[in-house]
Amino acid sequence: MARFALRRLAGMVVVLFAVSLVTFAIFNLIPNSDPAQRLAGKNADAVLVKSIEEDWGFDEPLPVQYWETMKKIFSGELISYGDQLNVDEKIVEGIPATFSLCIGAAAIWLFFGILFGYLSALKPGGWLDRVLTVVAIAGISLPAFLLAAIFLYLLTFKLELFPAGGYVPLTEDPVDWAYHLILPWFTLAILNIGFYSRVLRSNMLDAMNEDYVRTARAKGLSERRVMTRHVLRNSLIPIVSLFGLDFAAMLGGGAIIVESIFGLNGVGQYAAESITNLDLPPIMAITMFGAFFVVLFSAVTDIFYAYLDPRIRLEASAR
Amino acid sequence: MSSERHGPWSLAYRRLRRNRLALASLALFVLIVAFVLAAPLWADHVAHTGPNATHTTEKIVVDGETREVVDVEGKPIGPVWFGAGGEFFLGADSGLGRDEMVRLMYGGRTSLMIGLSSALITTLLATALGLLAGYFGGRTDSIISRTLDLIWSFPVVLLGIALGTALAVGGLKIGPLEVEGNSLWIPILIIAVVMTPYMARPIRGEVLALRQKEFVEAAVAQGAGSLRIMFAELLPNLWSTVIVFFTLNIANNMLLESALSYLGAGVQPPNSSWGKMVSTGVELIYTAPILAFAPGLMILLTVLSLNVFGDGLRSALDPKSKLRLEAHTGTVEPAGTAV
Repeated sequence: MARFALRRLAGMVVVLFAVSLVTFAIFNLIPNSDPAQRLAGKNADAVLVKSIEEDWGFDEPLPVQYWETMKKIFSGELISYGDQLNVDEKIVEGIPATFSLCIGAAAIWLFFGILFGYLSALKPGGWLDRVLTVVAIAGISLPAFLLAAIFLYLLTFKLELFPAGGYVPLTEDPVDWAYHLILPWFTLAILNIGFYSRVLRSNMLDAMNEDYVRTARAKGLSERRVMTRHVLRNSLIPIVSLFGLDFAAMLGGGAIIVESIFGLNGVGQYAAESITNLDLPPIMAITMFGAFFVVLFSAVTDIFYAYLDPRIRLEASAR
Repeated sequence: MSSERHGPWSLAYRRLRRNRLALASLALFVLIVAFVLAAPLWADHVAHTGPNATHTTEKIVVDGETREVVDVEGKPIGPVWFGAGGEFFLGADSGLGRDEMVRLMYGGRTSLMIGLSSALITTLLATALGLLAGYFGGRTDSIISRTLDLIWSFPVVLLGIALGTALAVGGLKIGPLEVEGNSLWIPILIIAVVMTPYMARPIRGEVLALRQKEFVEAAVAQGAGSLRIMFAELLPNLWSTVIVFFTLNIANNMLLESALSYLGAGVQPPNSSWGKMVSTGVELIYTAPILAFAPGLMILLTVLSLNVFGDGLRSALDPKSKLRLEAHTGTVEPAGTAV
């Protein structure tokens, strides 16, 4: 287990380095137009462009430029050219809101995804199963901003049930915190509930034909115990790796739209505002941190997955 | 069953023909395509205006009553349907007083164009890469797979945003090829590249499995070269997968385009797309909800129709496929054990 974890972590370091190279390439090497001009934004004056050029060492050789860029991002001295504010500080400020949104949404979609998946595997073809099919296919087809717009119009404006947005820190008022986050949570969760329940259902139907399930029944276990202890537990394993990827992707990107539409003032909204102003330094930093998070999180998920299912680490060491 | 008299394609066609939901979805998609193709006709003969023409200070006669397109407070007129002979059918879009219906039709052209072209590129790239990686294995496979993994490490939307904003400023220039910052090629290429790993990976897996089959061995024994095996032996066996992926990929690419354009990292002015229209519409969500709902609904319907049709296509072409969204009705048929 320790060997598997070490190997996985070593691989992770290589990928992190590659990710930083790609990010550097996207913002500094894309052909046409001078990178200083690009970082300065659309309406920058010549003085600013000149100072950026010197500051970032754009006349230096590429490795030096790469080093300068990384130093800026990770030392926390990256300044956005739109509002002259420190990028890393703005990102850190946004993290509580972004995490509140993502963790809450993930909890909701996992809970309902697993619950509904379990119930529909008990009665395949039943009404719940059919409803979930529709939810699943709508979930993968629905743009997040449309669902958010519908919620805002119906529940906030027409029925006046929920606030239109804004973020209240958890430490300030937990009830108000949750009240402000309910709509954003459900917007993100609904897009995934159907899909997760379908995946779980399919895994469970597969598992029901396994020998160990027959053995469990032959031992005389109750049907309920067979389903929860044997079928459900084994079917949840693939969900772990699926969830790891989806959660990281949501935190690193999918939440941007929901945050900006509900005005949550998180990292995602910061990204959205920077796009509007074509302010590149924040986008560069957020892309870097987002990808880092995905890589880190997927390494952790893999290790956790290997811990849950010994076959995986055996396979990996056999290769 | 007289199945031995029918080839796999005709069997698939028969299965598809029985799937009414899939056919209805295809019909809906065709209808949407016809709708956006009719944009110039509607603009010239019904609405008498273009997608970017402003009518800020104009007045129109709706059912005999004269109304301002944009009132003194800057609020655009709502849907008047055929009250003004089809002009401002869905009302005006903003303080600029542009005809929302005309914009919806033209914006849909952009959305569909980007979705289709990028899906075409993704499919070509992914099939080529999947074939090369799966067939040659070894170092070729490692290089291709690691590169795809690298793209995979970036969250889709975030990578799209990074590329979109970086390219929107100065455009792209590779050798003699020069692309303007507001060209539609930029979102097309970005989406195509970002989505490639998601298709190339499963195709590579399928090639790996096919490579072990006897017919490949037979081709090798006959002295067939690598190219011939890839294109004449492996590719025909991949068609059904590729077609299904292509259909679903159009849907996914359109969703990504709408997200990027919504955020301002997709299509750039003066172009517009459904995603972009929603982002301007959301600002008026309480006063003129139709401006966000109409383009949003069009995205939903298009993507939904492609997803349902793609799913029907998958079950018609590969009845044994593991994960299907359609409900198993009647007898329980757990996937994986059937057949």
